[in-house]
Amino acid sequence: MTDTTATPDLGTQVLQRQRRRETSRWRWLALFVGLSLCSLMLDVATGPSLLALGDVVRTLVAPAAADPMTRAIVMDMRLPIALMALVVGAALGLGGVQMQTLLDNPLASPYTLGLAAAAGFGAALALVTGGLGLPSLVAIPVGAFVFCMLAASFLFGLALMRHVNSQTIILAGIALLFLFQSLLSLLQFLSSPELNQQIIFWLFGSLMRTTWPMLWITAGVTLVCALLLHRDAWQLTCLRLGEARARSLGVNVTRLRLKTLVLVALMTATAISFVGIIGFIGLVSPHIARMQVGEDQRFLIPQSALCGALMLSVASVLSKSIVPGALFPIGIVTALIGVPFMVWLILGNRKRGHA
Amino acid sequence: MLELHDLNLRIAELTLVDGLNLQLRAGELHVIIGPNGTGKTSLLRALFGELPLARGAVRLRGTPMTPRNLPTWRQGIGYMPQNTQLDLDLSALEVVVLGRLQRLSMRLSDDDLCAALEALQALDIAHLADRPVHTLSGGQRQMVLFAQVLLRQPQLMLLDEPVSALDLKHQMQLMEHLKAQTIGQGWISVAVLHDLNLAAQFADQLIVLGEGRLQAFGPPAQVLTRELIHRLYHVPVDVHQDLDGLPYVRTLRASRPTPSERLAA
Repeated sequence: MTDTTATPDLGTQVLQRQRRRETSRWRWLALFVGLSLCSLMLDVATGPSLLALGDVVRTLVAPAAADPMTRAIVMDMRLPIALMALVVGAALGLGGVQMQTLLDNPLASPYTLGLAAAAGFGAALALVTGGLGLPSLVAIPVGAFVFCMLAASFLFGLALMRHVNSQTIILAGIALLFLFQSLLSLLQFLSSPELNQQIIFWLFGSLMRTTWPMLWITAGVTLVCALLLHRDAWQLTCLRLGEARARSLGVNVTRLRLKTLVLVALMTATAISFVGIIGFIGLVSPHIARMQVGEDQRFLIPQSALCGALMLSVASVLSKSIVPGALFPIGIVTALIGVPFMVWLILGNRKRGHA
Repeated sequence: MLELHDLNLRIAELTLVDGLNLQLRAGELHVIIGPNGTGKTSLLRALFGELPLARGAVRLRGTPMTPRNLPTWRQGIGYMPQNTQLDLDLSALEVVVLGRLQRLSMRLSDDDLCAALEALQALDIAHLADRPVHTLSGGQRQMVLFAQVLLRQPQLMLLDEPVSALDLKHQMQLMEHLKAQTIGQGWISVAVLHDLNLAAQFADQLIVLGEGRLQAFGPPAQVLTRELIHRLYHVPVDVHQDLDGLPYVRTLRASRPTPSERLAA
């Protein structure tokens, strides 16, 4: 038999190294909070009339003392949009990381599982039917939300069934993606060119429609869902060891899967219904976060949210500054910077020996 | 005591084991042996409540396992599935500490970390504590996962081929530790092993499964006979006894006469 008493110095060393690992994860979180704030300032400063960063900061700190013109631009026009970029990015990042955890698949995200496509179809349907009498500012988000949740509840049903594993859910999600894409194409095929233009514009994804109430709703839903997800951080970490092992550690896998899916769907549906379809953030930001803080969900959850927030915020700045004076839809920009980034990630992973 | 009463295990209409009655005592190590596909893993999964029983009942210290009380039932069980795949970026220490899932708070306490480290030290693998688990070998992962199960302080220990990837030294280390803890903590331990000699060396009771039913149950010295092994595995063997009276099994090449046959000739 080996000696079972802990030698004090080895024990202390291991403990210290563990604490050091945790400190380094805290540092990553802090760094990304800082970067996100910088990007927020930059996002508020860029636009048709370029503001000085100093003016932006002064206006944000003391709005009452600021020049009324600057205050109007900052507080009424640009700040809600810039904050929305952070909030939606965080929601998509969180959605992505939890889909990947839940389904044990690096390709899972609300986008690849058809939730975004369902929302797109819902929005298009609201546009085509004239919103059933509701003003389009209400009808489109409601349509998107309802269809996103409908698609999600199909996945909930599957998740609740016995003997349904992650791969079945992913296949069902991809089937949903194709179903809603073709339904959307059908709607576009049937509708007038003017309506088509509106549908396409919504599908691109844009933060420009943001108003303060939209921001509060999205921020509130995202925050509550994020906190609820974070409470299960340990259980979600166990889930990454495999479902059988998670169960063996006392995790109620079915309940956890359903609960997480519901939270992710709520967050994603809310975000997408206001800003349209923004791809890639949900897929890529969990991978970046994982490289920085590892698989410890206590840190991975907030870090994925921060990565998503930062990426969308930077994309928002770029969408305004690639061609001065022109504004690219942000959904296009995220994919344009997302794709090369993902290729680099895949190749980098292969070099390190585990792809 | 763990009581299995008239158990019937089925996977997709295929009956694996039928009419299984067993009483497993605390403080004893039970080893399940038998050819591939005879329901060894399924029996462990059934005892963990992962495979629904087609028929029969299971009782742990008088409490029956029901679909409703599964979460409580599982709390008293340390279950180590066969699969040791662990492709993720956590240190070995962090993986082991998850064995205490029920007690973990948002901040990892020194107490939890020390318990995890002690489990690693008990198995002589404390030097792996800081290694990311995806860089460990299959055998090292298996030891780490065993340490994780130890942290659960279970009443019932279910181990599915716990030494399948281990070298000789670590096989002995794991089995010795399991045996000592089984006696010391009064666990009811059940392990699936393929190595008949390892089974004979450590088991208090052998559970022999084959051809859809229980073939034998009892101490290795009584159960492990040449006839039984030949009948189940269709491999010619000689069974000898060591100085402690424990049987050990020597396989023979089919084309060659057995030593006893050679002696007779």
